[in-house]
Amino acid sequence: MSPQDSSTAVAQPADLKPGLTGLTEDWASDQRAFKNVPWGKAMMWIFLLSDTFIFTIFLISYMTARMSTAVDWPPVSEIFALSFGGEPIPLILIAIMTFILITSSGTMVLAVNYGYRKDRKKTVILLLITALFGASFVGMQALEWTKLISDGVRPWGSPFGASQFGSAFFMITGFHGFHVSVGVLFLILIARKVWRGDYDTEKRGFFTSRKGSYEHVETMGLYWHFVDLVWVFIFAFFYLW
Amino acid sequence: MAHAEGQQHPLGVYIKVWILLFVFSAFSYMVDYLDFQGYLRWSLILFFMFLKAGYIIAVFMHIKWERWALSAAILVPPSVLLVFVGIMAIESDYTFLTRILYFGSG
Repeated sequence: MSPQDSSTAVAQPADLKPGLTGLTEDWASDQRAFKNVPWGKAMMWIFLLSDTFIFTIFLISYMTARMSTAVDWPPVSEIFALSFGGEPIPLILIAIMTFILITSSGTMVLAVNYGYRKDRKKTVILLLITALFGASFVGMQALEWTKLISDGVRPWGSPFGASQFGSAFFMITGFHGFHVSVGVLFLILIARKVWRGDYDTEKRGFFTSRKGSYEHVETMGLYWHFVDLVWVFIFAFFYLW
Repeated sequence: MAHAEGQQHPLGVYIKVWILLFVFSAFSYMVDYLDFQGYLRWSLILFFMFLKAGYIIAVFMHIKWERWALSAAILVPPSVLLVFVGIMAIESDYTFLTRILYFGSG
């Protein structure tokens, strides 16, 4: 559909086939299995694949702990309830955090789009908004941790029920929060590079020495959407279940 | 769709999926708010979870438009995790039963 950009693309055979035939031909071809995909993006995907395994193993150990304990699991919905003056609303903080992360995913996807249009101003603003949402998410998580710790929840025990609740909670949300924090940091870094015009001048990266290109915004986006994706699973299995 | 390197799509697709994600999140929150229990609760949670995850992966992460060589490399390996889930579910059932049997807290 869009014209081939010869400046960035490795020479493309004109007859790249779609679907299953394409799959077998790509994987059987020399040198490069992932056609049309820049190196950095392919490697980000490989990293995200390994991260998928890590997060799934956390969730599996949580499942094992919860299924095998003979003590009742704490009432998660009540523990994370919050009242704004009146009746406590169950799980409201977690719901707000979910909406914040989805909002940030939307601004991220727009940033990628405006990046490819080389609209630097909009890209920078959207990236910074995304970072801001990410930071507020981490802030709310800190609030949640503080509340639970002051309630007496510890990695080795919990006053609400099964003692495995604490370790699962701190491990899973902690690891996810760490991912969000790193994401915020990199969003700011990428925003700075877009702002300076590094991706227009193809300035080489300080650390990787790779030529700057707006594909880096897309790769950043992959990471950020992955963090949102992991939260979808944590929200479903840890908070709602 | 054949593409140059880099994924460019009309904004409308993203906006639509964005709105859908909000709606699905609201629904999955309602599952808890309305206090559904049992199999209804679990199946609704899983349904909305997979819808959200699917839309994020397919549209926001562009897997829908990638060549099969990449999407297969990403989507096929995690399927072994389902086997792992199955193994650990059986294992934890066993642990649960032995705990009931020997510690008698059931």
